[in-house]
Amino acid sequence: MKEPLLPALKMTLLTLVLFSGVYTLAVWGIAQLAPNGGEGEIITHNGKTYYENVGQQFTEDRYFWSRPSAVDYNAAGSGGSNKAASNPDYVATVQARIDSFLVHNPGVSKAEIPVDIVTASGSGLDPHISPKAAQLQVQRIARVRNLPLEKVQALVAEHTEKPLLGFLGPERVHVLKLNIALDNLK
Amino acid sequence: MNTEILGVIAIYILIVLLALPLGKYIAKVFAGERTWLDPVFNPLERLFFKLSGIDPTLEMNWKHHLAALLGINLLWFLLAMFVLMNQGWLPWNPDGNPSMSPHLAFNTAVSFLVNCNLQHYSGETGMSYLGQVFCLMFLQFVTAGTGMAAAAAVFNAMRERSATHFGNFYNYFLKSCTRILLPVAFVAAIVLAFSGTPMTFEGKDSMITMQGDTVQVSRGPVAAFVAIKQAGTNGGGFYGVNSAHPLENPDYLTNAVENILILIIPIAMVFALGFYLNRRKLAWMIFGVMTLGFLLLSLPSIYSEMQPSPIANQLGIDGSAGNMEGKETRLGAAASAFWGISTTATSNGSVNSMHDSHTPLSGAMQLIDMMINSLYGGVGVGFLNFYIFIILAVFISGLMVGRTPEFLGKKVEAREMKIALIIALLHPFIILVGTALSAFIFYHNPEIGWLNNPGNHGFSEMLYEYTSAAANNGSGFEGLGDNTPWWNISTGFVLLLGRYLPIIGPVAIAGILANKKYIPESAGTLKTDTGTFGLMVFAVIFLVAALAFFPALALGPLAEYFNH
Repeated sequence: MKEPLLPALKMTLLTLVLFSGVYTLAVWGIAQLAPNGGEGEIITHNGKTYYENVGQQFTEDRYFWSRPSAVDYNAAGSGGSNKAASNPDYVATVQARIDSFLVHNPGVSKAEIPVDIVTASGSGLDPHISPKAAQLQVQRIARVRNLPLEKVQALVAEHTEKPLLGFLGPERVHVLKLNIALDNLK
Repeated sequence: MNTEILGVIAIYILIVLLALPLGKYIAKVFAGERTWLDPVFNPLERLFFKLSGIDPTLEMNWKHHLAALLGINLLWFLLAMFVLMNQGWLPWNPDGNPSMSPHLAFNTAVSFLVNCNLQHYSGETGMSYLGQVFCLMFLQFVTAGTGMAAAAAVFNAMRERSATHFGNFYNYFLKSCTRILLPVAFVAAIVLAFSGTPMTFEGKDSMITMQGDTVQVSRGPVAAFVAIKQAGTNGGGFYGVNSAHPLENPDYLTNAVENILILIIPIAMVFALGFYLNRRKLAWMIFGVMTLGFLLLSLPSIYSEMQPSPIANQLGIDGSAGNMEGKETRLGAAASAFWGISTTATSNGSVNSMHDSHTPLSGAMQLIDMMINSLYGGVGVGFLNFYIFIILAVFISGLMVGRTPEFLGKKVEAREMKIALIIALLHPFIILVGTALSAFIFYHNPEIGWLNNPGNHGFSEMLYEYTSAAANNGSGFEGLGDNTPWWNISTGFVLLLGRYLPIIGPVAIAGILANKKYIPESAGTLKTDTGTFGLMVFAVIFLVAALAFFPALALGPLAEYFNH
């Protein structure tokens, strides 16, 4: 057994150098040309730096809310709820979110609430909400910020991202970008 | 038409269009013919063989193939155990993550060794960069290469002649890694890096959100890792939530790229067989059967996930977006369901949504996909699993029409049939025994805290875990609290059995058949490249795989479906 294992050991070390060493360094080298040198795309606003792809928790009335998160949007980790719809505890959690949404958004009827704004994403870091979920919050934002309704509606329309190439995948709204634009409104 | 459905159709069409030329290329690599990458890889491979003292032209019989395969796998296991249990103090650990406990290290080492990538840890807090790159990512290359080398040996043994020796394991292994996996992964990694996936050696960053919360952002050499994780049907994510993470899978384009990577090599391997043996019709028959099964599973899953979710119906809200619990807005319900079936079809096991929160029907489709485990299947091993079903179908059809069972000019006799049956029955055996034992323990210790959901869904969580381990898949109903000695050790053994026996069996059968006298095809030969025979294979798959699992499925997802 000793003899056939020595070539295998040498082969292991050589492939280790190639796949873990050379490949990684080559991809890393090319990624230096990528946005922000491959350290993750960032957005800078008012002297603060945010990661574009990492969602943030928005619970205050003056901001468009993001989706519920199983990890409170702390990207030190990631996680979903892993709850099944047949779980009574889970049904109660979603019911509580619906109630809270209705309290903070008077005038909205329950049947209008889109499912994404009261359910947790897979990663707990979802940067987007559905266009419906954004539109439903326009009234609240306009009231709290004393803005004309049309202006906020236009802002949401402007920040509704189209499907890939116009026909592949869902439409969505990037919550962070929308809220930054909201803060920039005078 | 709905843009979500169009997205899924576009992804699937692209996969098949890309798999055809890739299959032709793979056939050339296995046959040792000239390819356009020769100038790069010829000298490199010559150097590797010279330095390691291996003669790649030395032909091996089936026992030598298996000995070489198992020997080098043993070395990788030792390397993985060492790194995982010592990564806490070893260099390149910017986040200061700890070493693994022995049972977690055992589970993780085995799971990456067998190309499964069941993850009972979370990448952000459980792995150093050294562990990610020099242990896990290394295994993601070489274990995929191992599966392809075994398939290449079987391809070679299936040629029309009598032979005891067919190819060299190390030659197939190294070429699969360097000429197939490496270029595919490299291109994909670049696309990901330019689409917002991090590729850095920096550790966690800290940021203050707009609302003033201080949070951390985990980074790392993600792009390189994710590319081979997808291409090699590995599936073990850099981050805990895998490709649901917005840094691991930033947008719809990267999702399409990653989903293509899941299926492309498994499908290309089928076409490669056709080109290699010059039996295109046989390849189309296999592809047809696999695709039929794939569609029969993916369509109900997509339909079920796009319906107004059960929770929305129950609570009276707008559920038109589908079942969005555990899903990402940028990907949507259709692409999440399609990924779920792609990943369970191929023993990949990466996820872009939480399978635990899928509807019962979609969860059942994922389970059936892994129970069959050869509707495309893992790189290399998917074909090996399908080969077992072909042998069974040849034998049964032979008996039905009263002819000697023959496959590609070789008689299928008692010895091969025994091996094929053992392999076919092993899969349900290890899944059902594992699930039954766990259900027994849970029933007598309900306070043990394993399950995240009560009732039938809780049972599904345990069933899914063993099915995923036996299929070397790696996805999970992740609500299961699986980082305990029981789950780490029991699934570890299921992983080992579910990997090596289904490689040993087909290689042995192919070796035994190759050794037999070649009988040229005549009017009396059972044709194996026809639609009729394809239906026969499909029936065998349904009988052996699906029916064995029906009682277990009835207790889990089916009961949940009818109760709610």
